[in-house]
Amino acid sequence: MNRQPLRIGCAAGFSGDRTDAAGPVVDALVAAGGGVLIFETLAERTLALAQLARRDDPLGGYEPLLDDLLRPVLARCLSGGVRIVSNFGAANPPGAARRIAALARELGLRVPRIAVVSGDDLAGEAHRGLLLDALGRDAARLDIVAANAYLGAEAIADALRAGAEIVVCGRVADPSLTVGPALAHFGWAPDDWDRIAGATMAGHLLECGAQVSGGYYADPGYKDVPGLATLGYPIAEIDADGGCIITKPAGSGGRIDEHTVKEQLLYEVHDPFAYLTPDVVADIGQAQVRQLGPDRVRLDGVRGHARPAQLKVNVCHETGWLAEGEISYAGPRAEARARLAAEVLRERLHGLGPLRADLIGVSSVFADDAGRWAEDGDVARDARDVRLRVALQHPRRDQAERLAREVTALYTCGPAGGGGVRTALRRRLGIASCSVPRERVDAGFTFLSEGDDA
Amino acid sequence: MSDGNHIEVPLYRAAHARTGDKGDRANISLIAWHPQLWPLLVAQVDEDAVRRRFAHRRPGRIVRHLLPLLHAMNFVLDDVLDGGVNGSLNLDGHGKALSFLLLDLPLRVPRELVPLLAGPPLDPDESKNHTGDR
Repeated sequence: MNRQPLRIGCAAGFSGDRTDAAGPVVDALVAAGGGVLIFETLAERTLALAQLARRDDPLGGYEPLLDDLLRPVLARCLSGGVRIVSNFGAANPPGAARRIAALARELGLRVPRIAVVSGDDLAGEAHRGLLLDALGRDAARLDIVAANAYLGAEAIADALRAGAEIVVCGRVADPSLTVGPALAHFGWAPDDWDRIAGATMAGHLLECGAQVSGGYYADPGYKDVPGLATLGYPIAEIDADGGCIITKPAGSGGRIDEHTVKEQLLYEVHDPFAYLTPDVVADIGQAQVRQLGPDRVRLDGVRGHARPAQLKVNVCHETGWLAEGEISYAGPRAEARARLAAEVLRERLHGLGPLRADLIGVSSVFADDAGRWAEDGDVARDARDVRLRVALQHPRRDQAERLAREVTALYTCGPAGGGGVRTALRRRLGIASCSVPRERVDAGFTFLSEGDDA
Repeated sequence: MSDGNHIEVPLYRAAHARTGDKGDRANISLIAWHPQLWPLLVAQVDEDAVRRRFAHRRPGRIVRHLLPLLHAMNFVLDDVLDGGVNGSLNLDGHGKALSFLLLDLPLRVPRELVPLLAGPPLDPDESKNHTGDR
């Protein structure tokens, strides 16, 4: 078994994250003798949006910022022994792989060995019966855009063992981007649950990028973070027993301490004693977080239990259109004028379904969609700078568009002094989750063949 | 209310928090600034306190998981996101801001623990006892 630690850096925590994050991470990995760079770019909805993009452009459907993410670091990764693992394949992993090969040629580099992980896409006819069994027969009415299983780390590990320098995935569980390289590096047994659980939580700490290294943490006077504009993205040094040290490139902004690590450790976790992934059920009940030095924090004591027999599947389906509109009121009686504008819109849009109205500057977030919030409620405060924001959802685009027209008409028909109308219309996607037996999902990988990068 | 032995401070003086979401379920972590502040959280920030705080969101099940080695706890709140980010009309459909709704809860703190609180003192009465940053 390989006892040398494995360094894994993460340079994106979602599609739309900073695209200049990878450089310092790659430099740190190269200086340490190599490692793995991951980009996590697939939130729940991202894959469905990518599927819609692929309908418009059959060559698209992968991470739109793929070039921006890779162009600055591809040469350094290939020459410095840094392998790349990512779910930036989204709805079209082969398309992303071909684009990376073409990018390497454009940059005058040799074309790397690129592996494409497959098996997550369950939207085709072949899996229709499986999905309907899992979701219930009502699902036959859903207008399905994408259906993807959360694959685990095995195919990634297999691809790396076979010599892949870049592994392009669609939907895999986020921590599996880290577990795959750890399995390949350390040669752990597939049922070495404690070690796999350790790597899983290391991956969990990495998967949101800078959220563990001071991003999304600052609260001036209480939680001060230096250099938010130049945040260092995290690097995990995983040891052969599955423990890890979280750190970041020297000289970068941000901070890593016990508190930033604990916040991210619990992020999007439900039962901390049974965190379900395709690779393991992780348990952080006995886990410990200790500061070793500046921006160096150790996580150990993670326990693991046998992986679930089922894989989670997300089914994205079209649910209609989200319409939003805003208009500002300022000066004397601004709040009263904004409230009157909301009343006018309720009357004009009556019958279109629930209309949410927020008074930005008074209350816009804590209330639920029905407007309930004990502390604000309907108590007028005579705020003097208020932006009214309204929103509704409708299955039909033409009906949803009526909201934009009515907000715009406030220019001439609404209360005095309203200005700055902005409106937006977005397609809405719902997500239904279910589980399917692991053996019904055919996960694997193939290498992009030479010349297949036109 | 503050008295001879205790002062009342907002929860954010004693702990920090982050919200996560999956579907119509939010989780809010709550992490003590200091191990000695952790028992106060356990005693005062329980499922009932959280249910009262989020009553207007009509939560279904609320579960508190305790993590004593991390001096942290994790609340899981069902049905508080109006269907979740893909169905809600809220500007903050993820419920990202909800951790700060929790952090405004009042917390009674024994005076001897006041030096462990984070941030600048809010109450002049407290500053008499305040000797450090945390």
